[in-house]
Amino acid sequence: MTEAKATRQGYGDGLLEVGKSNPNVVVVDADLGDSTKAEIFGKEFPDRYITTGIAEQDMIGIAAGLAVSGKIPFASTFAIFSERAFEFVRNIISRNKINVKIAGSHAGIHTGEDGKSAQAIEDISIYRTLPNMIVIQPCDYIEAKKAVHVLADYKGPSYMRLLRNPLPIIHNNNYKFNIGKGEILKKGKDAVIFATGTMVHEALEAAETLKNDKIDVYVVNIHTIKPIDQKLIIELAKKTNCVITAEDHNIIGGLGSAVAEILSENYPCIMKRIGVEDRYGESGKYAELYDKYGLSAKHVAEKVKKIIKQKK
Amino acid sequence: MNKEKIKEFKKIANEIRKESIIMTHRAQSGHPGGSLSEADILSALYFYKLQIDPKKPDLENRDRFVLSKGHASPAYYAALAMKGFFDKKKLESFRKLGGLQGHPELKTPGVDFAGGSLGQGVCFANGLALAGKLDKKNYKVYVMIGDGESQEGSVWEAAMAASHHKLDNLVVILDNNQVQETGKTKDVMNINPAADKWKAFGFEVFDIDGHNMEEIVNALDKADKVKEKPVMIVANTIKGKGISFMELNHKFHGKAPDDEQFEKAMKELSKND
Repeated sequence: MTEAKATRQGYGDGLLEVGKSNPNVVVVDADLGDSTKAEIFGKEFPDRYITTGIAEQDMIGIAAGLAVSGKIPFASTFAIFSERAFEFVRNIISRNKINVKIAGSHAGIHTGEDGKSAQAIEDISIYRTLPNMIVIQPCDYIEAKKAVHVLADYKGPSYMRLLRNPLPIIHNNNYKFNIGKGEILKKGKDAVIFATGTMVHEALEAAETLKNDKIDVYVVNIHTIKPIDQKLIIELAKKTNCVITAEDHNIIGGLGSAVAEILSENYPCIMKRIGVEDRYGESGKYAELYDKYGLSAKHVAEKVKKIIKQKK
Repeated sequence: MNKEKIKEFKKIANEIRKESIIMTHRAQSGHPGGSLSEADILSALYFYKLQIDPKKPDLENRDRFVLSKGHASPAYYAALAMKGFFDKKKLESFRKLGGLQGHPELKTPGVDFAGGSLGQGVCFANGLALAGKLDKKNYKVYVMIGDGESQEGSVWEAAMAASHHKLDNLVVILDNNQVQETGKTKDVMNINPAADKWKAFGFEVFDIDGHNMEEIVNALDKADKVKEKPVMIVANTIKGKGISFMELNHKFHGKAPDDEQFEKAMKELSKND
């Protein structure tokens, strides 16, 4: 059994590491530091850990004020509540290209028991529409930790999507996180699955079972949804002529849309978007939800088989 | 404060008002009402209080000024130009392609905050003030908000945080000009008694006549002596101040004077020279 840890844990541990090496790193928390794991940083650096209480707009404004004063602020809350401050993000941070790193945890129906109020399925979509904003979703603990390091050095606004529940760790400590670069996790020939976050793991599992049907698929981790790896997407579309996207997010506006935008202009081909099909989630265990909402590996494999038939 | 200085600041305020009228008239758009109400305060800030150097607009230890009511940019740009942050000629580009933007942008020298969306300035100013505390810098952060703006809940999120974090390097000024876009503030959504509200939120409050230069200057000086808590200066003002037909007239919140109104307005302001 591979070790499993949540990406939010990677965020907290990553913050502690960059906090130690860079005194300008500060964290702004809107009363969810225990859940986002930002409090790991706060316990070590109480003076650089600023609480706003349950006030996301103030959190974003404060982070921006700190950033223009030379600090490197990470502002974290739940993905869904960061959306409450969306217009602050738009008009203060992205409009002025201010160096604030927003982190939204508990994204997707993966969040499980908390139910639909907490399960952000539109965050990738809305942040992707903001000029100057980069959008990242790590798929495991190591990748999240590495992303924190890279973001601390990156100058500009960013949104990082984090996940509540433990996920298998598929990277090792030598892994190098490159903003904007897709990561080929498995090579193939019949189709390509571009996956992000939790769905990277479902896609990898689906790829294994598809071998039984003599179907060989690429699995690509798209950790950066913006700027997306356009070159790789076109290249693998040309190689396979069959593209599947997989995300725990509304199929409108997220990774699937981003890939479709590129392919429709550059290399139209058969495509299937796997995601939450324009509806809200509910309470339950995340495995149960993935089964019900068609996101589990089994469903991914079925959908790949079906779409591949259209190729002929 | 000697009488001569007060007279000088008043004269500058009148110049700011004139420029605001010239700019909005020329652009045939923009916000004269809230520019006229804040002119005296801007004069006192830029020509008396703020520790700034127009030759070095990014100086680390400078005082910061956040114009949260960003629509009142004409008066703000006029003050910045008169202070020397950029050539006065640039005021002619107000709201034109490639020129001074309708609402302030950071690229304009002297601008510390890009306003335009109400309710954001105090939040941002909190961040500036917290950074000052973290770095043990002595600069102060001044932020001007409107009374209509105070209807935004985020203003009160920020107010709570400023006193919680004991930001005694923060001075919020309320341009309490009684009028907003669609009517009298008390009719649209009453925010008074403003002073009591800010007191309850933990601010040291000075309640003044925002058109009385001595009172403005005194309040700004008194703010320096407050420790362990942020300051609120409730500046009771009149929207459209100085031009008879614009005073307390919500129609001039976001409407430029036409040619006839322009002539009349400039004539009225010239009487104060």
